[in-house]
Amino acid sequence: MALLDIRQRSGWLFTAVVVGHILLITTQVNTHRGVPVLESLTFGVFAEVQRAGASAIGSIRDVWENYFALQQIRRENHDMREEVAQLRLGLQQERALAQQSRTLQQLLDMRSSTKLSTTAAAVIAGGASPDFRTITLDKGSRDGLQPDMAVMAPAGVVGRIILPTPRASKVQLLIDRDAAAGAISERSRAQGVVIGTGTSLLRLDHVSGTADIKVGDRIVTSGIEGIYPKGFEIGKIESIERRAGDFSAVSVRPSVEFSSLEAVLVVLTRPSSVSGKPNDASVGSDDEGR
Amino acid sequence: MRAAGVLIAVALALALQTTLHRFVVAGTTAIDLVLVAVVYIALTSGPVSGMLAGSVAGLIQDLLSTGVLGIGGLAKTIVGFVVGAIGQQFIVTAPLPRLVTFLGATAAYQVLFMGMYVVLGQRSFPSPWAAIASQALGNAIVGMIAFSIIEALPGVMERRRAGRRTRH
Repeated sequence: MALLDIRQRSGWLFTAVVVGHILLITTQVNTHRGVPVLESLTFGVFAEVQRAGASAIGSIRDVWENYFALQQIRRENHDMREEVAQLRLGLQQERALAQQSRTLQQLLDMRSSTKLSTTAAAVIAGGASPDFRTITLDKGSRDGLQPDMAVMAPAGVVGRIILPTPRASKVQLLIDRDAAAGAISERSRAQGVVIGTGTSLLRLDHVSGTADIKVGDRIVTSGIEGIYPKGFEIGKIESIERRAGDFSAVSVRPSVEFSSLEAVLVVLTRPSSVSGKPNDASVGSDDEGR
Repeated sequence: MRAAGVLIAVALALALQTTLHRFVVAGTTAIDLVLVAVVYIALTSGPVSGMLAGSVAGLIQDLLSTGVLGIGGLAKTIVGFVVGAIGQQFIVTAPLPRLVTFLGATAAYQVLFMGMYVVLGQRSFPSPWAAIASQALGNAIVGMIAFSIIEALPGVMERRRAGRRTRH
């Protein structure tokens, strides 16, 4: 009956819920920027759900690929065909292993070339809302991960740790609307700030009107914000628009393919003490294409 | 029972959204499976269920994201309530009205969501229309497929039961 009463007063209930949300928003906007305990707790709990979800999906996929698909092949093929199918399956597994080895080799190459203290982590989930570009890693504060640590891939910069819990971490991708990084043109040394747009492209802002930049220029981190080590690849300039002598819009295509990230490297060096040599650690997208 | 069903649907949508991110988020096209679930619940269960589903789902998404807690919740609450009210006032059972509802709900959600961020000075959204249009289309297609599958399930089950009975 009580539920019925509530349903009959849906207008009041709607108003109450809306007012509740507005109060909630207001309290946050007026406070200092930081990580609320509730957010940390919810993320920590949900990271375990995501871990279980990723594990369950992996198990189901394994069962499907290793049992049902093979059963189907056994029904449909004679002895020779079965042998060919098994050989093909073996070849695919070898290719998958080779690909995995290449990815790990790239991470190792990157690790040894940067001279920074790093740790490898696997991506276990994406963001809960498509309006925010985040991923979840399988390592957290127990593994030494801290807020504002840089996250890298063999192709270039991925983002930064924004919320580490003991066993998982949330990473803000560089393409998120709230993300930014100090940037510099590898060719002309023109400086700017790369800003996420929420799409697959980045925007290069704060570039001097007299700067020498052109389409195809490689953009690397400048390290000026104290998060990303200097010299890591961000992407390449895709388009430039000029208005009244100034750069009105400079688009940068990221070198990292954010939708297919599986493993990343987290730079464990504390953000305040990061100091790489210019271009000494530039690991280009060419590596990924090999 | 209905509340449990709503919570399960929201949890399932959230789990799918985060687990299958590689398939639902590609470049500028980003499908919001949670919003699809909220619109579905609102259309099938009315404004109160839609509002509560939107509120809970939006708040959880806010907690798991990097933005201001409550903005996504408020936008989804309003969309859930309005879609539920529309579903009670009009016949929204044919494919075309449902398609329009999903398109409109996504567009309204994005306008509310982005509008609140802009008003509060927290974020800027330069030229967001392509992203809104692609998400509206993606959500509408996923929503239509979800409706078709869920509505076809009882009939399939009934036919299977009838088939077993005739064999005996």
